Amino acid sequence: MAEYKKPKTEAEFENNFKQKNPLMNDTEAYYEASRCLFCYDAPCIKACPTSIDIPLFIKQIHTDNITGASKTIFDSNWLGNACGIVCPTGVLCEGACVYNHQDVPPIKIGRLQNYATNKTIDAAKIIFKAGESNGNKIAIIGAGPAGIACACEARTLGYEVDIFEAKEKPSGLTVYGIAPYKITNEEVLKEVAYLQNQLGFNIKYKTAINSKQELKSLEDEYDAIFIGVGLGKTRNLKIEGEDKEHVIGAVEFVEELRMKHHKLAVPKKVVVLGGGNTAMDAASEAARMGAKKTVLAYRNSKEKMGAYGFEYDLAISAGVDSLFNVTPIAITGNGKVEGVRFAKTAMVDGQLKTNMNNTFTVKCDMVIKATGQAKQGHLYSLIDNLEIDIKTRIKTNDKFQTSNPMYFAGGDAINGGAEVVNAAYDGKMAAQGIHNWLNK
Amino acid sequence: MIDLSVNFGGIKAPNPFWLASAPPTNSGYQIMKAFEAGWGGAVWKTLGVPVVNVSSRYGSVNYRNTKMMGFSNIELITDRTLADNLREMEEVKKHFPDHAVIASLMVESRAEWEQIIKDVENAGADGIELNFGCPHGMCERGMGSAVGQEPEVLKTIVGWVKEAANIPVITKLTPNISDIVPPGLAALQGGTDSISLINTIKSIVGIDLDTYAPYPIVDGKGTNGGYCGPAVKPIAMNMLKDLAQHPEIGKIPLSGIGGIETWRDVVEFILLGATSVQVCTAVMHYGFGIVREMEAGLRQFMEEKNYNTIYDFAGKALPNVTEWKHLNLEHKVVAEINADKCVGCELCYISCDDGAHQAISLSDDPLNRIPSIIEENCVGCNLCSLVCPVEDCITMVKKDDGTEHNTWNERSLNDNIPTTFNDDRAGGKGHFVPQPTDALKK
Repeated sequence: MAEYKKPKTEAEFENNFKQKNPLMNDTEAYYEASRCLFCYDAPCIKACPTSIDIPLFIKQIHTDNITGASKTIFDSNWLGNACGIVCPTGVLCEGACVYNHQDVPPIKIGRLQNYATNKTIDAAKIIFKAGESNGNKIAIIGAGPAGIACACEARTLGYEVDIFEAKEKPSGLTVYGIAPYKITNEEVLKEVAYLQNQLGFNIKYKTAINSKQELKSLEDEYDAIFIGVGLGKTRNLKIEGEDKEHVIGAVEFVEELRMKHHKLAVPKKVVVLGGGNTAMDAASEAARMGAKKTVLAYRNSKEKMGAYGFEYDLAISAGVDSLFNVTPIAITGNGKVEGVRFAKTAMVDGQLKTNMNNTFTVKCDMVIKATGQAKQGHLYSLIDNLEIDIKTRIKTNDKFQTSNPMYFAGGDAINGGAEVVNAAYDGKMAAQGIHNWLNK
Repeated sequence: MIDLSVNFGGIKAPNPFWLASAPPTNSGYQIMKAFEAGWGGAVWKTLGVPVVNVSSRYGSVNYRNTKMMGFSNIELITDRTLADNLREMEEVKKHFPDHAVIASLMVESRAEWEQIIKDVENAGADGIELNFGCPHGMCERGMGSAVGQEPEVLKTIVGWVKEAANIPVITKLTPNISDIVPPGLAALQGGTDSISLINTIKSIVGIDLDTYAPYPIVDGKGTNGGYCGPAVKPIAMNMLKDLAQHPEIGKIPLSGIGGIETWRDVVEFILLGATSVQVCTAVMHYGFGIVREMEAGLRQFMEEKNYNTIYDFAGKALPNVTEWKHLNLEHKVVAEINADKCVGCELCYISCDDGAHQAISLSDDPLNRIPSIIEENCVGCNLCSLVCPVEDCITMVKKDDGTEHNTWNERSLNDNIPTTFNDDRAGGKGHFVPQPTDALKK
């Protein structure tokens, strides 16, 4: 059931992609902040990957010390504003709020966090400054959340920082890969600009690092290098017909949508393959772009989906239909996609089995593959002695240092794909790791 | 059959819910509207030589999400002419002959008192309330709290009024004194028929952090205001108790004022000896309609307790309010945490450890956030149960068998109290206290 009409203007696009976590107003923030119990050894802090002192910043909001609240937030998490909006708070801080045990709605921590930092960013309050120069230089590959966090932390420690970014904008997936109803480009970019203005790190855009020679020159010129490259393109499914027109990877689809908004053409019938959060996003986005029918197809049962329950609910509420226990065996069509041929699957003795005797076709004009992204294995292979695991994730020690001592890494490159908040934590800690290593 | 009507020292009203002399009783319009809404009486905004007021006039203390937990005003007595007020008073009495209309008065000379008393009696007032309480502006001119703070002056003026008046007289007292009994006694000796208390408390409710001026700000400056609202209720109830327990003052009717907003407040004031209550801030916050909640709650309470009139339970708490020295030192309660209800905020732990007696411990298992009471350390102070955000999660459980009774007074008489600095009879002797350096291990 289509809930959304095809957006023809930017205004219609914004309406279809209404912010899931809108900015709080002063009154809402005041009343919400007043509810915080100020728990001892608060569970929300423990549930936050960056250990923000949440009860403290909430009390600061309540006492109208917004700048102080922002300082508390940024002190732990350089992407405090973006994380306030895009973090899956229901499974992190808000999920840990003790109010949940009383069947009372938890404090809206994410939105309060966004409220404080947004105000401080808009007021251009200077709350940080770069540390006194220590003469050392750090190169960062990738201006995503991990890279930005690493840059900020390194600047406070007195390092010169240059970030090398393949794309035209900073923030990585926060700008290019997160569903538009979760955060706007404007919101993401202004936070980076705010941090950059205060801390003064350089970002060299459209400067991908992907040759041995480029790496060599970084190694010569810098004292340490941080790899914050994230993941690569959508992996191939290796099924028949995958090369047909209008078969697109979810990451590529979202990126195009984030850049083109209403100008992106989405056809009438869309099939989304996958059961993770990216699949939910892609399906929801196709539906909000006015697809008449959007079908989410996952090879296992609903319970086995990797996506958070709330992400699935969000897709369903956007009018997405779902198919479970089906696996694509071919993409049909003559040049362009015309349908996906599925086979039914079932759990047999704890293993998922495909029943090739039970197949059917779902007609569609577009297939979005949300079945995982490839890793940046090529880049990693160019770095001497860089150890990676069997899933092509860079191995690091607890200081985020790789097996090649001058390289540090964090974010999706080491965890295989997680939240913005995890990347922000890794980047910050990696900068401290670099600092400790260089000052040994 | 519940009958809420009162006869308060000769002033009759259909119920004990009265409006205090304040902005809500500034005009006949407001008072008629209030009577329509269910109020049984109203003390007219203080009459006298009209004043000139400032702008703005009110300030408040907000606490967490509660606005106007405390309220302050720097408004003076009526700024309307006496003639206008009297004309409206007459009209109100015409429409509401059975409701109590009481004229609050504040003037200086004996001649003025005699004149204004005659005027309000002619207008049909059912009683007079003497404003000896206003703590701002009027006191600078020798009236209001300047009178209430000088028992001799107070007694003299009450005497003048009683001599001139044919209707009952209420004396309203100021709390801006160290002991409420002397002014109460002076009012009694002056011949007052009843007493009302408290008037507002001298206060500064806040300072603007940009202009450094106190609220409410009048062109960059401010002055002390009169504090009222829910925040002052405990102070008012204590003063009410002092008068109600007094062997002589306790015999005349007392009207309770100070932070009354709900039926519970009303019942508590009555239990401490009030037989009418006066309300201002709650009306200024919510309007006259709040009386519905008060009346419904009071009726419900009376029905459940089988009371027919408020006189059936007025003063019932007074025998239980005693001096500290008469409290039973052998009584022992300890806190008990209901693990099923506990949400794991650990406020009880930290409040006890930092603010009380180190009698609550945390589990060694980081996944178990339910604290435990260390019974031998618990002094039964109650703090944990007060900070606990969950209803009935922490309760205080009686541990003594009720057979022993010993008070400070009794121990003093038996010469069994600590008398020297290192006396072994110190109450905390043997009670667990962590070593000072244990603090550094946390």
